[in-house]
Order: sequence, then structure tokens, then C-alpha cells
Amino acid sequence: MNEQERKAYLEQYDSRTHFFGRIGLLIGIILLIGAPFAMGLSLNAMPDANAFVKGFLQIAIVYIPSSLVEFLIYTPMLGAGGSYLGFLTGNLINMKIPCALNARDIAGTEAGTTENEIVSTLSIAASSLVTTVVIALGVLLMIPLRPILESEVLQPAFNNVVPALFGAMAYKYFRKGKKLVAIPLVLMTVLFICMPNLISNVGFLMILSGAIAIAHAWLIFRKEGKAA
Amino acid sequence: MNILDQLSSTPLYLISGIIILFVAAMSVFFLIRAYRAGLAIGMDKTKLKRTITSSVTFSILPSVSILLGVIALSGTLGIPLPWLRLSVIGALHYETSVADIAAKSAGLSGLNVDEMTLTAFVTIALLMAVGIIWGAVFMTLFGKKYSSKLQKKSGSSGGRSFGDTAMTAMFIGLITAYIGSYVGQLVQVQSGSLVITGQYLQLVTLAFSALAMAVFVYFAENKKMAWLDNFSIAGSMLVGMAASVVCALIF
Repeated sequence: MNEQERKAYLEQYDSRTHFFGRIGLLIGIILLIGAPFAMGLSLNAMPDANAFVKGFLQIAIVYIPSSLVEFLIYTPMLGAGGSYLGFLTGNLINMKIPCALNARDIAGTEAGTTENEIVSTLSIAASSLVTTVVIALGVLLMIPLRPILESEVLQPAFNNVVPALFGAMAYKYFRKGKKLVAIPLVLMTVLFICMPNLISNVGFLMILSGAIAIAHAWLIFRKEGKAA
Repeated sequence: MNILDQLSSTPLYLISGIIILFVAAMSVFFLIRAYRAGLAIGMDKTKLKRTITSSVTFSILPSVSILLGVIALSGTLGIPLPWLRLSVIGALHYETSVADIAAKSAGLSGLNVDEMTLTAFVTIALLMAVGIIWGAVFMTLFGKKYSSKLQKKSGSSGGRSFGDTAMTAMFIGLITAYIGSYVGQLVQVQSGSLVITGQYLQLVTLAFSALAMAVFVYFAENKKMAWLDNFSIAGSMLVGMAASVVCALIF
């Protein structure tokens, strides 16, 4: 494949990714909103409109802005194909994003490149399928598995999956961007020690620490560019 | 038939199963497309396979913890709805809190099986669905335009190499926020004085997991065992999680 053919192929691949991604998400959204009504028909019960409006206002005020922020931050991390799949399959921060970044590290691809887009899509698709299989097996084996998964001794392990994940990722990433760690780490630590009520809003505050790290990275990038 | 039997009836399993199958089919479709595209543009087959293998091993442990979310919610919502919610779009931290808000809005004192009614159940199911779809809605409406803008930016002068640094910086920011929150859960200012709460397990898990990763990286880089990369995250997580169990037993 020469350069011109490659360019044409990638343009077509990209355009079809958006086409299939949008269709898939649209069908997914319709199915997901339709599911409660289908379940209601089977159970002879329909949602209570007043309770729905009351609950929706409480949920929307938090989750619509945070979804917008997630969309803006995660799309560049995941690429187009990865984002369509990621936003449909969920569990982004606790699994898909670290998984895609880990795959990128292993494959040695750079953000913004076609190779990275492909690696990211492969990674998220594989990860989604694993979750689907694990949960389906878990549902099938619910009775024998329940005592093991709910055993008191193992609870600390399952309650700390995210810290375990971030510990491993922290070593890799802190090593890669040593200069960028100190400022957001100190700032966030002091903030949460002094204002522990903000701990439940860590999802929002990571935007602040991310912005600080990116601004710092940009300053270093410019300085190194000038030096070169 | 009690309420939990009704909420775990065959038609509900079928409804959830069909949607989960659709999403799984979409994942397979995107996986095959990306694999073929990778081969077509000359990417190394081994690299593509390694990407899939590492992502599979990476995802097993977090998936087990997501399964725990299904088990936790199944006590009040039956099995099919939590199965659907946590397999599609759902997020572990989101579902439990939204289910609780939804249950209270439906007139229950919280997620309580004794108070659950069929109307409350379908209302909760609808609220959980509508509450979380917004990322997918934004992606459907603006994903193409936003991605094109990002591509143009990364294609402009100097942008590409900074794009990579920016991703690293963003992820460092994300991790530091979480580490800060773990420290804040252990040590915090309450009514003007510094208090140690005793919630140290998150930090212990994080530290052991990072330490294990350091060992994996050492062997992968210095002992020419690059294959270890595929299992380093899952292995480090296991070490961190095991440390949390041991510490909880000892202290």
C-alpha cells in the first residue's frame, strides 16, 4: 500500500468508524431506555412519572455535567473507535481508560496517531468482552460463587481494586513524567486533608489536577522546544 | 412468587440478555475492524495480538469487582437489571449511588427489598438508564466533530508530540487526585484538628501494587522478559489486593 492508498484507506476507516459508532450508540441508547418499559410490560407495572422527574432532577444535576467533562477528556485519550465503544460499555475510569493506556504503552504507539486509534479500539473491545464474559459467568454461577466473593476475609481485596489498579499505573506513569507529579500530588493531598468533604467529588477534582499537570507539561514542552 | 423472584424472571433475563448480546456483538465488530485495519496499514501482527492479550489479562480483576456490584445490587433489584446495568454503559461507582437516589425518589427509604414494589422497580430502572446515558448521547451528537478537531490539532505543527505528553500529564493528574483522596481519607482536618481515621488500606494496596509493578518493570527491562508486560498490571493488582487482605487480618 503506497502513501496515497494508505491515506485514502484511513480516511474511509475513520469515516466508517463514526458511521458505525453513531448507529451503534443510537441503537444502544434506544435499547437501554426501552428496557425498563419492556420489563414493566412483562411485570405489569409502569414507571411513576412524578418519582421519575424528582429523581431525574437530582441525578441530572450531577451526572450531565460530569458526563460532558468525561466526554471532553476521555475522547482524546481513547480515540474515535475506542470512545464509541467505551461510552457504550461503561466502566471507563476504573477499567477502560487505564486498559487503553496500558495497551498503548505496550504497543509503543503515540497519542493522535492512527496506530494508537487502532490499539485503543482493540484494547477497549477486548476489555468489554472480558467484562461481559466474567459477569455472565458470574451470573450463571451466582450460587456457588457468592460465598467466595462475599467472604469477609476477601472483602478488603475487592474493596480496593481501584487503588490496586492506580498503584500499578502510578509507578508506570510517574516514572514517565517524573517532573509532573509533585505539584498536583501535593496540592490534591493538602486539599483533601483540609477539606475531606471534597473526597466524594474526586471525579471533578481530577479535572483540576489534570489541568495543572497539562499546564506544567506545556511549560516544560515549550522550554525544551526553545532550548532545541 | 415474591418480589425478588419476579425481578429475576425469565422475560427480564431475556430483555437484559438481548441488549448485552447487541453490545458484545458491537465490540466484536469493532475489534475485527480495528485488527484488519492494523494489518492493512502494515502494523505488526504480534503487536496487535499483544494488545489484545494484555487487555484481556488487564480486565479480569476489575471485571470481578464489577461482578461484586451485580451481586450487591441483586439483593434488592434481582439479577437481570444489575447484570444489564453493569455490563452496558454502567459504572461500578455510579450504579449503587444512583440506585439509592432513584429508590428514595420512588418513595422507598433506600434500596430496601422489603419496601420494593414493581412500580418502584421500573422507576428505578428507568432513572438508572436515563441518568447514565449522557456520555453516549454527547458522543453520538458531537463525537465526530470533536474527534475531527482533535485530529486537526494533533496534525498541526508540534501538536503531535505534545498530544502524547498531554495524555501522560492528564493521567498523572487523575492518579494524583485519587492518591490525594486516599491520603485525605486517612488523615483529615475535623473541627480544626488533624485526625487519623484509620482508613489506611487503600494506601497500603496502592503502595504494594506500585512496588510489585517496579519489580515487573525491572525484570521486563533488565532481564529481557518483555512478555511480563502483558501480565504486569494484573499481577501487581493481585499483589496489592493480597496485601490489603493480609493487613486487614493482622491489624
